[in-house]
Amino acid sequence: MVTHDSGGGHHHPPSGFIRKYIFSLDHKVIGIQYFFLALFSVFTGMALSILMRIHLVWPHAKVPFTASGQITPDQYLALVTMHGSIMVFMVLTTAPQSGFGNYILPIQIGAEDMAFPVLNMLSFWTTFVSLVVLLSAFFVPEGAPISGWTAYPTLSAMGQITGPGEGAGQTLWVIGLAIFCVASLLGALNFITTTLDLRARGMTLGRLPLTVWSWLVTAILGLLAFGVLLAACILLLLDRTAGTSFFIPGGLVVTDTPIISHKGGSPLLWQHLFWFFGHPEVYIAILPGMGVASHVLSTFSRKPVFGYRAMVGALCAIGFLGFCVWGHHMFISGMSPYSAFAFSLMTMTIGVPSAIKTFNWLGTIWGGKIHFTTAMLFALGFVSLFVTGGLSGLFLAQPSLDLYLHDTYFVVAHFHLIMGVAAIFGIFAATFFWFPKMFGRMLNETMGKIHFWLTFVGVYCIFMPMHFLGLAGHPRRYADTTGVNFLAPLHSVHYFITIAAMITITAQFLFLFNLFYSMKFGKKAGENPWNATTLEWSIPSPPPFDNFAGHVPSVYRGAYEFSVPGATEDYIPQHLTPEKVGKAH
Amino acid sequence: MPGTFTDDVEIIEAGQGGGGGDIPAGGDDDGGDSGSGLPAIPSRAYFTAVQLALAGIVMFFMALTSSFLVRKGLGDDWVSFALPRVIWFNSLVLLASSGTIQVARRYMREGAVASFRRWWAYTTALGMLFLSGQLVAWRQLAAQGVFISTNPSSSFFYLLTAMHGLHLAGGILALLYVTFRRWRRSRITQATAADLVSIYWHFMDGLWLFLLALLYLGR
Repeated sequence: MVTHDSGGGHHHPPSGFIRKYIFSLDHKVIGIQYFFLALFSVFTGMALSILMRIHLVWPHAKVPFTASGQITPDQYLALVTMHGSIMVFMVLTTAPQSGFGNYILPIQIGAEDMAFPVLNMLSFWTTFVSLVVLLSAFFVPEGAPISGWTAYPTLSAMGQITGPGEGAGQTLWVIGLAIFCVASLLGALNFITTTLDLRARGMTLGRLPLTVWSWLVTAILGLLAFGVLLAACILLLLDRTAGTSFFIPGGLVVTDTPIISHKGGSPLLWQHLFWFFGHPEVYIAILPGMGVASHVLSTFSRKPVFGYRAMVGALCAIGFLGFCVWGHHMFISGMSPYSAFAFSLMTMTIGVPSAIKTFNWLGTIWGGKIHFTTAMLFALGFVSLFVTGGLSGLFLAQPSLDLYLHDTYFVVAHFHLIMGVAAIFGIFAATFFWFPKMFGRMLNETMGKIHFWLTFVGVYCIFMPMHFLGLAGHPRRYADTTGVNFLAPLHSVHYFITIAAMITITAQFLFLFNLFYSMKFGKKAGENPWNATTLEWSIPSPPPFDNFAGHVPSVYRGAYEFSVPGATEDYIPQHLTPEKVGKAH
Repeated sequence: MPGTFTDDVEIIEAGQGGGGGDIPAGGDDDGGDSGSGLPAIPSRAYFTAVQLALAGIVMFFMALTSSFLVRKGLGDDWVSFALPRVIWFNSLVLLASSGTIQVARRYMREGAVASFRRWWAYTTALGMLFLSGQLVAWRQLAAQGVFISTNPSSSFFYLLTAMHGLHLAGGILALLYVTFRRWRRSRITQATAADLVSIYWHFMDGLWLFLLALLYLGR
């Protein structure tokens, strides 16, 4: 049981339904709210992606809810844009950090709540508003924007004249993103403050679980990156609505109409601002997954994390380098070869901390007593996808190769594997690992394993062939390739990918069913079903309102004391006093 | 590889908050039930948060600053215009408010609550005067036919003053909050709150001087 010190303030649970479940100040409720927001978003994003896949293979298929009964090229681009935006911002940024981070971080450091609960609630509801604004772009008459999640000007800056979704739809997109930036900034501030100042007695930085380290580094990235995106969004909004020319150059002719109201701006300025945010954003999506993978691999190998300090150092190094490499998204923008060389070198340097992490993960499971739970499988899947997706990054990091591969399906394959699917596997691992804590019941392992294998094989079937499409020169974002001669032989590859996508997406409903079924009918989880060491496993599942029932826990050791020689159990919880450990053996 | 960062981790471990082992996790400043309905936290957390917020704000304004420099360096369409005179008066007003807020804090430390309230109110009034002065500057520019879309130089003038103004308006709300909130049922004392707001206020003052220099030298 927990060693309790009395002291610290009590605070009492609210009684009304609204204060308890809607405008709750409890980090656990807010974490679950973020989780469900991301769950809704991921299924929305997935629905958009399957429409894209269907359109690529059967461009003339009848699709409901479209004006002409078919998906037009404009609508295809709108699907691309909204799929990317929803997935990147509302899923990959939201679930691993705001969702699980909110729920687990305060408990893992021994705090009653986040430092600023009201701010926490505001972060969630601001995120919610941004989601609503973003989705409302679908419901304006001209439809959603067509400029992709990167919203490059001039396409995104000129208004209706450049395409149907570029009117009100793009404006809503920019406003939605600006609101999301504010929400993320507030959240990041809360995470960092909580981690730095609210740790329990004895919870030194060197004893923090790697999950907490990853949430901390992610929050720092968010704090420094989202302000830049916010600035970029404001500039873009002014170009769109106030007649300024930050991003719009002179001499433009759009569909035979000369643009005389703008001149002198630079579309490249947007690219610099966007990618200065955009590259750290990639790590915002993936770093929490790294933390979860380390944590889960250690727990289910019954071994300490191999090279804990190297893991922390690698996390910080990846976070720092993430700010130095934005130019590698712009190799073909006409940048000086010397700049390109510098960006290329910095990018490949990220391979070093990434390799440290990968080898340490392997070192962690090496010789361990591995328990192949579903959470463990997803953590192993994460490592696999991280390696696969990371290796293609080394190709793209070289300006000479990127000249060819830029804007092809090779890039689509690369970022989906590493930032999309790997991060999603991190979320799945976290879900299977912490579900018992959050809902007091176990997720069904059989369903979980079927879901894992279908998803694991499925995503490889979807994204591996895309590398070959890219190598064959297939550009991304083409709505219809059937009329393009050199792409015609690749159609069968698209066909295979679409079928794989259909199967993989169907498998996700098994996960959804498992989630809701297990909430109600799952096997009851005890306090510590995984025999894990960190503080969240020292309190009931689900935890009481104030986590430690008015007591302040103390921490006596590092986060990963598994299979300690001489100990009776193969794990020693962080809160166990040295005397109790002594008595135990 | 390990050598360098291992040392870092060690330094952090020795130096930081919860790690010391002798600092209780919660409520070392307020102790027990604060009556706010929220769990007590050490007041240093508030200082951490303000500093982090400033870091975020710095990144925001640095993005705008680099946009300013890039955009100015781009083409031949940059037309400079004379900054409205009232800007200089506004700057003095804001500088003065940094002085009055310091006086107010000193009275707070001495326990002279009435004097604190008076000087805090001066600060608030000066802040509002600054914002009104900025609006006057906008009107003067508009009267000369210089609008946000006229030229990139004027676009940045309106944008930077507006963004600074918004942040300063937030500061004024914070000043009013310190004045009118009932501090008995709170996690921090009014004095701590006054310290926190003054950090933000001085920063807004410094930020304005930076932006003024940028707008003046870069016009």
